[in-house]
Amino acid sequence: MSESILTLSIDGKDVSAVAGQTILEVARENGIAIPTLCYLQGLTPVGACRMCLVEVKGVPKLLPACVTRAAEGMEVTTQTPRLQEYRRTIVELLFAERNHVCAVCVSNNHCELQDLARRVGMNHVRVPYRYPRLGVDATHPRFAVDHNRCVLCGRCVRVCDEIEGAHTWDFMGRGIECRVITDMNQPWGSSETCTSCGKCVHVCPTGTLTEKGRAAAEMKKRLQFLPYLTLMREARP
Amino acid sequence: MSNKIRLATVWLDGCSGCHMSFLDMDERLLELADKIELVSSPIMDAKDVPPNIDLTLIEGAVSSEEDLHKALAFRKNSKLVMAFGDCAVTGNVPSMRNMFDVDEVYNRAYVETADTQKQVPRSVVPALLARARPVHEVIHVDVHLPGCPPNADIIFYVLSELIAGRMPDPMKIGKFG
Repeated sequence: MSESILTLSIDGKDVSAVAGQTILEVARENGIAIPTLCYLQGLTPVGACRMCLVEVKGVPKLLPACVTRAAEGMEVTTQTPRLQEYRRTIVELLFAERNHVCAVCVSNNHCELQDLARRVGMNHVRVPYRYPRLGVDATHPRFAVDHNRCVLCGRCVRVCDEIEGAHTWDFMGRGIECRVITDMNQPWGSSETCTSCGKCVHVCPTGTLTEKGRAAAEMKKRLQFLPYLTLMREARP
Repeated sequence: MSNKIRLATVWLDGCSGCHMSFLDMDERLLELADKIELVSSPIMDAKDVPPNIDLTLIEGAVSSEEDLHKALAFRKNSKLVMAFGDCAVTGNVPSMRNMFDVDEVYNRAYVETADTQKQVPRSVVPALLARARPVHEVIHVDVHLPGCPPNADIIFYVLSELIAGRMPDPMKIGKFG
């Protein structure tokens, strides 16, 4: 089957894409960096975090690069002052929404949210912090979930459903009340569907899902297995 | 009079780690000493807030009435104020009490965990504010230097830039945590 090749421009650079590819995929193939948080190669993109918003000439609204397909003649801009301001604001809102205390977090220095803060130039948070009272569930024998650090990216939900096939993780509640839950919002340790594979822990971008026994800054996520996720999905009949 | 930069450093609700990191500049402190006159700091004995401060470094969150008083007083007498380290910039560890009411915090510290004299102090100890807050929520902050603590290299970079009359961008080399 012949593949249809498209030509478009990203940040003034002419690039080619295979029909069906997203703007994010094309940008990354061409060494153009667009920040992401909920996106993870190998999992279905959902456009939830809005970090990858880009401007497309002729389109009045901003579009998430991870779920917008490249089109012939498209003119994409990824780094305008407006986008940079929005990205910084998004990161600030994430920090303000829950209790992200980098200094005492198990994922300090190995955290995608912390890296994003630096990348978008967030030197302080301009909105008031909420300080919600959130819990930690350490009932699983090997892992723990700390809702204080969760950004609701949904990577754990998707990896558990799409790759492991267990669908232990899901969301509960809406808006500010939204939480990730295991099974029917029961303690993780009592889950009958969890296979304890640990994929959720390693795709989690922050210190929300961790291995037990880690002190501050000790939790390094092992993402080396991720390329295999894509291969495994493609190999499915 | 000398034309040295008049520098003050202030210690609010923090662990003093940022001040320790300041001292970690080691021999570079001698280089800075030629350009800086320290006019107030926890490591010296200044009772009052000095006038005409060029730059004040504030370590720690604003947690008590005394912290608030100091932040306001140093802001009034300073040309530039820098939030020095994560507690000043974000609230950091001191702000972890903010998910509880002040009464719960007092009770935990002075009653539940005390062996004797179980009572909440009502005098001498400065009263806690309802929340521990980042410095920029109570006064205008000109420079934010994150880090827990910011390391000596980044402190030296930021001070050197400010002394040279330039506005540094600490996020180029700094980070939270």
